[in-house]
Amino acid sequence: MDLNIYDFTSFTKWVDTALNSVMSPGWTMLVELVIVGIVFIAAYAVIGLYLVLAERKVCAIIQNRQGPNRVGPFGLFQTIADLFKLLGKELISIKNADQFLFNLAPFILIIASFMAIAALPFAKGLHAIDLNIGIFYMFAVSSLGVIGILLAGWSSNSKYSLIGAIRSGAQVVSYELSVGLALLSVVIFSGSMQLSTIVESQANGWWIIKGHIPALIAFIIFLIAGTAETNRGPFDLAEAESELTAGFHTEYSGIKFAFFFLAEYMNMFIVAAIASTVFLGGWMPFHLGGFESLNHVMDFIPPVIWFFGKTAFVIFIMMWIKWTFPRLRIDQLLKLEWKYLLPLNLMNIVLIAFIVLMGWYIK
Amino acid sequence: MELNQFIFFLLSGLILIFSVLAITSRKILRAAVYLLTVLVATSGLYFMLNYEFMAAVQLTLYAGGIVVLIIFSILLTSHISHKFEQPALANVFAGALTGILGCGVAIWSIIKFPFVATTQPALVVDMKVVGTQLMNTGNYGYALPFEVISVLLLAAMIAAIIIAKKGN
Repeated sequence: MDLNIYDFTSFTKWVDTALNSVMSPGWTMLVELVIVGIVFIAAYAVIGLYLVLAERKVCAIIQNRQGPNRVGPFGLFQTIADLFKLLGKELISIKNADQFLFNLAPFILIIASFMAIAALPFAKGLHAIDLNIGIFYMFAVSSLGVIGILLAGWSSNSKYSLIGAIRSGAQVVSYELSVGLALLSVVIFSGSMQLSTIVESQANGWWIIKGHIPALIAFIIFLIAGTAETNRGPFDLAEAESELTAGFHTEYSGIKFAFFFLAEYMNMFIVAAIASTVFLGGWMPFHLGGFESLNHVMDFIPPVIWFFGKTAFVIFIMMWIKWTFPRLRIDQLLKLEWKYLLPLNLMNIVLIAFIVLMGWYIK
Repeated sequence: MELNQFIFFLLSGLILIFSVLAITSRKILRAAVYLLTVLVATSGLYFMLNYEFMAAVQLTLYAGGIVVLIIFSILLTSHISHKFEQPALANVFAGALTGILGCGVAIWSIIKFPFVATTQPALVVDMKVVGTQLMNTGNYGYALPFEVISVLLLAAMIAAIIIAKKGN
């Protein structure tokens, strides 16, 4: 076997041929599906848990505190201990709730985010499924998550949950438009919806550099709309503690609550990963067209590190926003989307189409 | 059984069972969730056919759009304890008859269609072709239907706003 940290294509090929040599093609398919599934579940849990820890640390630094520092070195095992605590908690069953939908809701949220990470390119050749409409697919499945929130709010049979769910529904449905239009701008630049092609098209510079001002506007709009779509602060009025106790997941306890919590952080990871893939080059190292020596130096850093580094950077920006800005009111939230972001976005799209038509971007 | 066949039977079984459940359920939000399962399984069928664009459209428009709207309106109008009563026998009879008739028409047209088996690889649907065809005014172009539908949607939206504003 040849495990090359810069290009996983030969490694995955090697796994495929090795499995094919010992079993029939049907079984190979099945075993590969199981392997990929297990890898994703493990990554999901680890990334989710450490994002929670990162959030608490970033929050602590911004608020001039220490943050978790008791469990393990620098508090590294804090969230794992929290997970075991949540696993051991009682699952409270709600009287007069719709038990079936109540139990189903967290799974819909989890499944939607699982379907989205399946199409992410983590590194060269490390890509579970490369659909020719990759970015559209990500947009499509990430819009399913809101159904889980709506179901959770309604089936809990509680006022707080219902109001939280309705707020969240209005928010997600309206901000989805901005997310889609901001992604569309990069689709116009690169001329493709396939994520691997979009990443390849940034081999001589990331789109945020090549597309200069319009791409920067689209990136900022995507960050705002993505933060709103994941129900994170300052757009977290679906779970505003001071007015709605906890919004749509008020009635959930134990591991079911942990599912909501995990899905929220994974959705943040997905938004950051999409932002870094389409605007910041994904696993593509920092390249500038014409600067060959710089490009060679940058190539020494493996693509996996580039991908996770950029994603971590975008996640840090999102956490920074959350802990810096005060929460919006619902009317301010809807006004921001429908009166500012959407018209700006539409004008930006027309501008980008014109720029691409005239060839005024860096090729 | 091949894995392909197994997944086909799984998806079509899901579609059949959940579409029956969607119309027989007495709880309205559960019916909406069963409908969601049917629509997601249908997009799974499109994925099996390698028609990813259609599958993603199915997911965004139907599962992510229409079902979300349905659930949203249920949330605003209906209470959790509300349960539909059993419909009158005449209604059940008329509904079943219409369903069987529609099913008959669908099955008849499927049997009549000459399906030709082929070993050629599936066609790759290029997004550029879909895009230029949508904006095309020539043969098989969709520019005019597209514009007509957008005018219709605009009219519907204005009408909805006027109805909503009527009180004040």
